Amino acid sequence: MTAKQVRELDRVVIRFAGDSGDGMQLTGDRFTAETASFGNDLSTLPNFPAEIRAPAGTLPGVSSFQLHFADHDILTPGDAPDVLVAMNPAALKANLADLPKGATLIVDTAEFTPRALKKVGYAASPLDDSSLSAYKVHAVDLTGMTMKALEPFNLSRKEASRSKNMFALGLLSWMYGRSIDGTVTFLQTKFATKAAIREANITAVKAGWNYGETTEDFAVSYEIKPAPMAAGRYRNITGNLALSYGLVAASQQSKLPLFLGSYPITPASDILHEMSKHKRFGVRTFQAEDEIAGIGAALGAAFGGALGVTTTSGPGVALKSETIGLAVALELPLLIVDVQRGGPSTGLPTKTEQSDLLQAMFGRNGEAPVPIVAAASPADCFDAAIEAVRIAVTFRTPVFLLSDGYLANGSEPWSIPDVSSLPVIEPDFATEPNHVSDDETAPAEFWPYLRDPETLARPWAVPGTAGLEHRIGGIEKADGIGTISYDPANHDHMVRTRQAKVDNVDVPDLEVDDPTGDARLLVLGWGSTFGPIGAGVRRARRAGHSVAQVHLRHLNPLPANTGEVLRRYDRVLLPEMNLGQLALLLRARYLVDIISYNQVRGLPFKAEELADVIMKEDEQL
Amino acid sequence: MSATELGMPGLSGVPTTEVEQKKKDFTSDQEVRWCPGCGDYAVLASVQGFLPELGLARENIVFVSGIGCSSRFPYYMNTYGMHSIHGRAPAIATGLASSRPDLSVWVVTGDGDALSIGGNHLIHALRRNVNVTILLFNNRIYGLTKGQYSPTSEQGKITKSTPMGSLDAPFNPVSLALGAEATFVARTIDSDRAHLTSVLRAAAAHRGTSLVEIYQNCNIFNDGAFEILKNSDTRDEVLIRLEHGEPVRFGVDAEHGIRRNPSTSGLEICSGDDPNVVVHDAHASDPSRAFALSRLADPGTLARTPIGIFRQVERPAYGDLMNDQVDRAVETQGEGDLATLLAGNDTWTVE
Repeated sequence: MTAKQVRELDRVVIRFAGDSGDGMQLTGDRFTAETASFGNDLSTLPNFPAEIRAPAGTLPGVSSFQLHFADHDILTPGDAPDVLVAMNPAALKANLADLPKGATLIVDTAEFTPRALKKVGYAASPLDDSSLSAYKVHAVDLTGMTMKALEPFNLSRKEASRSKNMFALGLLSWMYGRSIDGTVTFLQTKFATKAAIREANITAVKAGWNYGETTEDFAVSYEIKPAPMAAGRYRNITGNLALSYGLVAASQQSKLPLFLGSYPITPASDILHEMSKHKRFGVRTFQAEDEIAGIGAALGAAFGGALGVTTTSGPGVALKSETIGLAVALELPLLIVDVQRGGPSTGLPTKTEQSDLLQAMFGRNGEAPVPIVAAASPADCFDAAIEAVRIAVTFRTPVFLLSDGYLANGSEPWSIPDVSSLPVIEPDFATEPNHVSDDETAPAEFWPYLRDPETLARPWAVPGTAGLEHRIGGIEKADGIGTISYDPANHDHMVRTRQAKVDNVDVPDLEVDDPTGDARLLVLGWGSTFGPIGAGVRRARRAGHSVAQVHLRHLNPLPANTGEVLRRYDRVLLPEMNLGQLALLLRARYLVDIISYNQVRGLPFKAEELADVIMKEDEQL
Repeated sequence: MSATELGMPGLSGVPTTEVEQKKKDFTSDQEVRWCPGCGDYAVLASVQGFLPELGLARENIVFVSGIGCSSRFPYYMNTYGMHSIHGRAPAIATGLASSRPDLSVWVVTGDGDALSIGGNHLIHALRRNVNVTILLFNNRIYGLTKGQYSPTSEQGKITKSTPMGSLDAPFNPVSLALGAEATFVARTIDSDRAHLTSVLRAAAAHRGTSLVEIYQNCNIFNDGAFEILKNSDTRDEVLIRLEHGEPVRFGVDAEHGIRRNPSTSGLEICSGDDPNVVVHDAHASDPSRAFALSRLADPGTLARTPIGIFRQVERPAYGDLMNDQVDRAVETQGEGDLATLLAGNDTWTVE
């Protein structure tokens, strides 16, 4: 046998697609882990149905995992797959439209039975006619070969066929020169107590690899060299994991014990799961009876001097609104994490959207301003969480941290930060009375609403501190002394003061990326559109356009130079995965005629699409 | 002296003071603004008068309330306090009590706050057995919103929102609490200071959630709702005073008793000298007897209304379990190291 040809590529997009019970997410995760340790830059996009097990073999039951990896810095999970692995006819049909001509298609022929084909409306097998002639098709009996390889294990047909995803992983690993060592170790740990399953899966991965190496069907394998990255130690991380670590870090850096009150909701539940593992850091997690109790308990803990956090998605925020308003009135630190998903109502639980901005901004009764921080990428969820906690603790206010389904489940390499470089957060609890009355013989008092003149924050005096006993509540309080007050002038003053406190939060100025300095078009974004916009801008620049890019991480308050930056350019383009929520805010605030580009398909923008929009706008100038 | 030495496990871990306390130490400088004649005054005075007995550090006591007339209570207590939002006090207190075992946490709520808008939080606090004492002021009416029927109002009640009579069957808060796995359930009456205080004492001593239903008169919108239980001419005939270990008898001369009906296994009225009069066992692990006692009262007339402690059993408190897990995690795995956590075990290095 002659050595097979190895061809070098600079980037590849692979999509694994199968039934929601086929283990496609695990397959994608493992390929990602091996790719990360190989040193490629990467970005991932899991896409799965809300149903745990939709009817097998149907279009709604298709689950997929897309991975983009390259020998250079990349920003998105890729617009279209170069390789599609389709484990059944439904997976083929659901994904074929995304596949560009000439792409590679690997299908499991065992699943292309007349019954399975009929279920998704194929009159005849597309493998038998010319309908796939535009693609490089590898029709492989993945299931059959897996079962054959697993014969020695005496597993049932069902059990044995379940390892076909590992066979596919082995084959793809061979094709792209990934090691399978990490996956073998992973399987050894995962199935430590189930010897037969463990050995079967390890055998299936190896069989897939060996098949690639041996068969004539795959004549070429590919090499994608490691991407140059800044020196440092890296790991791959999803947004939800990075956000969880950010919360643990913020707790450590503030020396405040973390109390997470939460109710399970997609796509935020993984944060609750993750945090529940970190009790050794003093983290207490409370799975409440509902969304309201989740935030209520977090607020109660905050009153007691804990770092109170609640995690949820859009529908949960709606239920928590009243308690967020209470936290605004109490002026206690509290973090509300909203991992946004498609709405309204139940909407698209497993799909991404950034349509909760106005809810975070205004979704409460009365004038109830809340600072908002939005993470820009999976890894940025770590820093954004620490920043949100810093604002909450420093300014004694509830703070929104916005993530979304794309960031939550997507992953990218993360340069592991040096703990000593993380900001220190100072809770600065009140320890003694703060007010002396005109009658100097009277004892000093504690006034719960006597503010720090710099931050306008009120003192945080926790129960157990002698001499500072006080009562707070949702009824309007007299500034300073903090007793109930229905006085009109005091209410006007308190409303304006709470607003001024939030407006006064220190946020860094925007830094515009305008390499040539002569751009007339500014592309603005916030949240998870950072990657796709950046990729779109790069393409436009490669095509000869001068384009500036800027990204908002703080949505409330906005950076002080926002208006100036917007007015610096002849045209401002703002892509959002909503119908123009940030555009509405910016237009009202700065009277700039922002051009919106909107999409709410439950999926992130594609780089090519944004590049087209950017170039079209630029050409009109 | 610590609270444990007081024989009050519910207050174990809460610092005490050597300084002698008086009622006025627990009285805040805020003017009390309930309607003149409101039953809430009597409860406030009883609580303020009783707390010095515990000798707790005042700064380690927190009163949390929801919304309603009774929920103004924290403002009048010279302790830490939070007047929160409608129905949510048990949830807020759960977070506070679980994360701060050194605090004595009290929830003050009403029949609307606890049983309508906040019903969900109440039952879940009870089943979790969070270490808080819940004072449920039941006046069987909505006072603060000016007189609509409440979830404990008798069926057919004519109010502003029910001119032809209310349609809903009422909750019996004691039955509800027992069904929600409560470990301490009692009922008392605003005007009976001695009884109220004895129940408060037992509730404070209990580790876990103590639910104390307090029949409280709203003299504006539901005046005399509990008159039959208070008036010296009628009360002995209708009020059943439960005492642990004592036979359940009532009537002017204890001429009535309660016995088990062998065919239905429910409870029924019998003569006071019936040899089968049941002996009240608040510590019984099976809540069936306590539940049967709670069903004796006529929801309309309040005839045969038991007061006292229905149930008082031991079960680990939620916060203690939560904190045990944290301690155990630190014990077995050591304190967390942030750098190790962030690095994980799947890293690569770029030179």
